[in-house]
Amino acid sequence: MLDRRPGLRVGLLLTPPMLWLGVAYLGALAALLVTSLWTQDDFTGNIERIWTLDNFRQLFTVDVYRTITLRTIGIAALVTVVDAVLAFPIALYMAKVASPRTQRLLVIAVLTPLWASYLVKAYAWRGMLSADGPIAWIANPFGLDTPGYGLPAVIITLSYLWLPYMILPVYAGLERVPDSLLEASSDLGGGSWTTIRRVVLPMAFPALVAGSIFTFSLSLGDYITVQIVGGTSQLLGNVVYDNQGAANNLPFAAAVATVPIVVMVVYLALARRVGALEDL
Amino acid sequence: MTATAISLRGVSKHFGPVRAVDELDLEIADGEFFSMLGPSGSGKTTVLRLIAGFEDPTAGTILLGEDDVTRRPAFARDVNTVFQDYAIFPHMTVLQNVEYGLRVKKVAKAERRQRATEALETVRLGGYGERRPHQLSGGQRQRVALARALVNRPKVLLLDEPLGALDLKLRREMQIELKEIQREVGITFVFVTHDQEEALTMSDRIAVFNEGRIEQLATPVELYDQPASAFVAGFVGTSNLLHGEAARQVVGEDGTFVIRPEKVGLGPESQDVPADAAGLCVAPGVVREVVYLGASTSTVVELDAGPTMTVSHPNTDTTIDAALERREQRVVLTWRRDHLVRLAEPVATEKETA
Repeated sequence: MLDRRPGLRVGLLLTPPMLWLGVAYLGALAALLVTSLWTQDDFTGNIERIWTLDNFRQLFTVDVYRTITLRTIGIAALVTVVDAVLAFPIALYMAKVASPRTQRLLVIAVLTPLWASYLVKAYAWRGMLSADGPIAWIANPFGLDTPGYGLPAVIITLSYLWLPYMILPVYAGLERVPDSLLEASSDLGGGSWTTIRRVVLPMAFPALVAGSIFTFSLSLGDYITVQIVGGTSQLLGNVVYDNQGAANNLPFAAAVATVPIVVMVVYLALARRVGALEDL
Repeated sequence: MTATAISLRGVSKHFGPVRAVDELDLEIADGEFFSMLGPSGSGKTTVLRLIAGFEDPTAGTILLGEDDVTRRPAFARDVNTVFQDYAIFPHMTVLQNVEYGLRVKKVAKAERRQRATEALETVRLGGYGERRPHQLSGGQRQRVALARALVNRPKVLLLDEPLGALDLKLRREMQIELKEIQREVGITFVFVTHDQEEALTMSDRIAVFNEGRIEQLATPVELYDQPASAFVAGFVGTSNLLHGEAARQVVGEDGTFVIRPEKVGLGPESQDVPADAAGLCVAPGVVREVVYLGASTSTVVELDAGPTMTVSHPNTDTTIDAALERREQRVVLTWRRDHLVRLAEPVATEKETA
């Protein structure tokens, strides 16, 4: 019977995932937004279902929250730039220079770190960056030192964690650039740098933006790395976590959590304009 | 003899164990429309890529005019290429595409613009400068690729099967147009194709490639009327091959002979063989197939002597019923002895037509 009724078949196939997307995913987000408009009884700690914008007012007027918001966006942007700069040459080599065999090995090499636990990798960097760790050991003879724990360490660690998410879309994007375009540029008198600047980079740009969606949004929401290697610094994620856990102020935590969501919506709208969403 | 635009001396290109190009010697004259014709894998495109600088030769020397460019990268060679897939930059407008070569050579903007506009007019695309490549048809894209190459005024223009992706009608038009443009700009064109008709239509000279070597290098007329080998005879046009016992019976001599289908006459068995039989070859046989081709009709005849021959006749009559009725009938084929071409080499394989 299903063979004869394609509408029914598609319906049955799509209902569970659509329910999941609608209820569990968007529903949770909606609940979060609603919660952020409620308030908390300071004395009992219970949530009071009174509509108010107080949480947002607090978020925008208290200096420390504004600083943390800007710091978080800044770190996410820096991590994205570092990853883009590191990923582009690697992806270019993988897509256009390496032999098919090397290409496969490199894809595996890029994917392998994703199999290891996030926590293990973050703690590995804690070890790397410690005062008697490998970085200090290499840097000390040159009169340099490990950056220690703090925001630079957060940027280094997050860049390391999210690099594969940048390499893979850029690699896929460059794979789609036909070799004949590179040959045409060279044929018309363009050297390697000219070809990269005028042909490869413009064509890979949507892929770079696609990769940056991952690096930027993952950095924006992170709160574990900063706890492990960030010293005393705080990011938005920590504020959400602390308000939710220690202070048990769910409405304020929800208000803080809407900030990265709004930032990401703006970012995705911009990405859509450069055509990056087709490159995901 | 005019000046030489390109010389290849003992050029080889090996890909692992494959000899794509094998000790090739070739001279292409200035202002010539030179075609490299051959089946896929015959090495013709590799030769083009060697001249362009996309491949390094395994051995040999490549000269552009007097300059040895063997080790020079593509961007430092005064040649330009029209690619098979056109390789138009999709993120640039038509004008930006055409300007690209001048732009990377730091030609001033005003001159750049003017020359690009002129080049677009040469290929009859004036007014298309602001379009995006994806808004163009295949034929228009092909012209953009041509303008983008011509605007640099290269010594040599290399064309890698540029008409392959176009439909038949457009291809015929572009063949004539390309030839006109070549006469206009006076640049040496090196044209790669697997289409023998295309090569015959446009070229001053044609090199027929087979397995990395040049099988024959000649003008279109020579190539068609005096093929040097069975391969050339088979690849350029249709031809009938007679060799061994069949040659002895029909021609009366040992050797390998080629006769073109349109040079063979076909008549009923009862007809009288003309008096000067010494100047004619006569071969009786049975009609096996009659193929109507619009402008002409091909008749496949199995000779009593063994091989099958194809005979071609223009359809000057309004009907071909008479021809069709000959199916399975006995006929006599006649042709002039001086239309036979004797091939130098013996034929290894049993290939009648290709």
